[in-house]
Amino acid sequence: MEQIPASIWTLTAGVVVTLISFWVGHHHGLLPEQASEQAPLVDNFFDIMLTIGTALFLVVQGAIILFVIRYRRRAGEEGDGLPVEGNLPLEAFWTAIPALIVIFLGIYSVDIFQRMGGLNPGDHAMHSRHAPKSGMAVVAQASSKTTSDAAALLAAAQTPEIGIGASPDVQGKAPDLVVDVMGMQYAWIFTYPDSGIVAGELHIPVGKDVQLNISARDVIHSFWVPQFRLKQDAIPGVPTELRFKATKVGTYPVVCAELCGGYHGAMRTQVIVHTPEDFERWRHQNQAIATAPVIPSLSDRHIQQMGITPQLVAQVEAMTHHHSPEKL
Amino acid sequence: MAQAQLPLDTPLSLPEHPKAWKWYDYFTFNVDHKVIGIQYLVTAFIFYLIGGLMAVAMRTELATADSDFLDPNLYNAFLTNHGTIMIFLWVVPAAIGGFGNYLVPLMIGARDMAFPRLNALAFWLNPPAGALLLASFLFGGAQAGWTSYPPLSTITATTAQSMWILAIVLVGTSSILGSVNFIVTIWKMKVPSMRWNQLPLFCWAMLATSLLALVSTPVLAAGLILLLFDINFGTSFYKPDAGGNVVIYQHLFWFYSHPAVYLMILPIFGIMSEVIPVHARKPIFGYQAIAYSSLAICCVGLFVWVHHMFTSGTPPWMRMFFTISTLIVAVPTGVKIFSWVATLWGGKIRLNSAMLFAIGLLSMFVLGGLSGVTLGTAPVDIHVHDTYYVVAHFHYVLFGGSVFGLYAGIYHWFPKMTGRLLDERLGILHFVLTFIGTNLTFLPMHELGLKGMPRRVAMYDPQFEPVNLICTIGAFVLAFSIIPFLINIIWSWNRGKVAGDNPWGGLSLEWATSSPPPIENWEVLPVVTKGPYDYGIERRQESTDEDRDEEE
Ligand code: HEM
Ligand SMILES: [Cu+2]
Ligand SMILES: [Cu+2]
Repeated sequence: MEQIPASIWTLTAGVVVTLISFWVGHHHGLLPEQASEQAPLVDNFFDIMLTIGTALFLVVQGAIILFVIRYRRRAGEEGDGLPVEGNLPLEAFWTAIPALIVIFLGIYSVDIFQRMGGLNPGDHAMHSRHAPKSGMAVVAQASSKTTSDAAALLAAAQTPEIGIGASPDVQGKAPDLVVDVMGMQYAWIFTYPDSGIVAGELHIPVGKDVQLNISARDVIHSFWVPQFRLKQDAIPGVPTELRFKATKVGTYPVVCAELCGGYHGAMRTQVIVHTPEDFERWRHQNQAIATAPVIPSLSDRHIQQMGITPQLVAQVEAMTHHHSPEKL
Repeated sequence: MAQAQLPLDTPLSLPEHPKAWKWYDYFTFNVDHKVIGIQYLVTAFIFYLIGGLMAVAMRTELATADSDFLDPNLYNAFLTNHGTIMIFLWVVPAAIGGFGNYLVPLMIGARDMAFPRLNALAFWLNPPAGALLLASFLFGGAQAGWTSYPPLSTITATTAQSMWILAIVLVGTSSILGSVNFIVTIWKMKVPSMRWNQLPLFCWAMLATSLLALVSTPVLAAGLILLLFDINFGTSFYKPDAGGNVVIYQHLFWFYSHPAVYLMILPIFGIMSEVIPVHARKPIFGYQAIAYSSLAICCVGLFVWVHHMFTSGTPPWMRMFFTISTLIVAVPTGVKIFSWVATLWGGKIRLNSAMLFAIGLLSMFVLGGLSGVTLGTAPVDIHVHDTYYVVAHFHYVLFGGSVFGLYAGIYHWFPKMTGRLLDERLGILHFVLTFIGTNLTFLPMHELGLKGMPRRVAMYDPQFEPVNLICTIGAFVLAFSIIPFLINIIWSWNRGKVAGDNPWGGLSLEWATSSPPPIENWEVLPVVTKGPYDYGIERRQESTDEDRDEEE
């Protein structure tokens, strides 16, 4: 320590910290695979924060450990430490640097959010499916059901202005596929308004611009696909949306992320991302046979425990069919 | 006593002065701030044990993916009451009610709080609140999480939910009464010889905390009372099918509950600023920066609440505005951390239990703060909101932060409160177990959340089983870590080594009186001649008597 100047040590430490931070930022392996166009944006941002965070973490922990070892009281040692009460330049430095970092992160997150489409929910230029529907008519239709159903329908009838909307490259364009997503204790019901299909799993084509109109029947749920890095609450009375392109063929979990009751943890299903041809095939098959909605991801035991009866399933089916344009 | 500046500094309205309180005085409507402080601490600790048992039950359930140990509804009741108890009956009352009441009058050289009866009333609102929560289990227990969002909270176990609301309103009222008391006490009752820049940082923190509680708590009360009406009296503030709006509740709730996280950490920051200089034998680094950053956190902290609602019914501008305001809070928080680390530099650090917990806090809070920054940005929060990543984050700040700080405070001031020292070997064992347990339990949760495990679930995707098992083992380590602590407290209270008035060589005023302090604290009101952190400093100013020996 005596011979080597402190600046060399500081420099070496700085280089090591930087290298470790970059390595951690790129190789942490903490995120699941990326399957939507938003996923790389989010991950990239997370990696940057993880890199900066690792550096700060190492510096602070390093300082703590170093100081504790170096300045610990040895046996028999008396007296006080150095009477240093502050150091204005140093304090200015460690106020200014974090301030700059958070300003940078703040601006960058606006940019990321914009590229994700987060600034454009409700961008449905040519997409008029919801338009002709008046709230009153829906309520009248639903009058025989519970009022919550009416609320769900009402929500579906409005244009969502909350959620993740059109990303810059599809702004002002209608989505390729619209799916109505309804959360209920403890299942997701997916309705395809253009084909009348009702399903318990979400099927979408890869690379196509998909819009999910999200509503809830009873309590708040939250639609989350970890591989898409997208999540949006399904809120009774407030329509919301997610708009995205899936980028990778595969099957991914759909997870409910908002506490919705005892079986919240069992409220899982899947999204199946097909090739466009497979998707067409799926659509044909299901349009042909009148599908009963299935709630496949739940084990039979859960379905029993949760009290999801065939009647309930039928009721949901009847109700969700009101969404389809042919019936309006 | 003669120089008291205000009629507020009246002695307690005691007919005669007993020499010291008897054990049964601690079970009465006693108005002595020190009795109230200990009442708060002991009651809160009992609730901590209860809340901890619920946590261990939850972790046992989560050892495997299936729901095979607890009924899922009971799981949710434990979840809800664990969170509620930990926040409203442990951290807040222990930090503010316990340490605040015990220390503030001593630190400013007062004989008691400004309104002693109000103070006792504020404490006695807590036990019934706790009783209500426990009794609610007869009706299934509230099951909608400590956030109790409608509509779930309006349709699930509604009797228990109503009891839960009443309990929170009781502790909220207690917190408002306490806050008024702290503000008036600090403002008006500090000894005249103490300048504002000699006010101990714990008192600055209590001032900031109280202001924050005063502004935010009424909003929570309002939100919850509307919820109570929706459940019981047929109103529809939050019923979407009758013109209500569920998102309004979330705004009212988080307008209070984000600041509530500062209510849980600012007093702890205050404890840190006291414990570290004493045991590092150094002046606190950047007194003013620490004092003002508390006030800054408290102001900015009022405008960040929507970061809990990024995936809820919030329009884009709100998501962006609150991303930026949230990130800004990191700056004053960072200033505090850096200042404490700098206080260690060049010290003669005494690595006893109090200091170990303080340093442990420093190291874990950094991680909690960094994950907090990632959560504050809307793009990342959209992915990890309501997942185990959040559970990891808030346990790093609440357990690694608040609970470690409370332990540091207990080891530090136990000799003052009881006149006896805690056993150091047991203390260090307690620290080691707690530190390992905390990291084992909560570090792996970051990964769980990022990879796709939602929070508040009794059953989960089996792919997460191995990592969950690690967390559960950690929780058991934490449960065992309590044992040396309990033994230590109970044993030392009765037969620990006699501490003397000032075992740590502290300079703040509480060390200037006897241990435990007499009723009304001082024979003669103290005169401040030194700053609370002037370790190793001889101020040149007035003709100070050089021979005042400030260290052992
Ligand atoms: C023995 C140590 C602890 C363990 C093992 C533990 C474990 C847990 C678990 C398993 C959950 C459920 C997480 C979820 O699914 O959302 C939880 C929630 C929670 N914990 Fe802890 N915890 C501990 C200590 C604490 C402490 C000390 C605090 C606060 C000071 C705390 C505050 C909370 C809060 C606020 C929640 C959220 C409750 C809710 O979602 O409504 N915990 N904890
Ligand atoms: Cu759910
Ligand atoms: Cu918050």
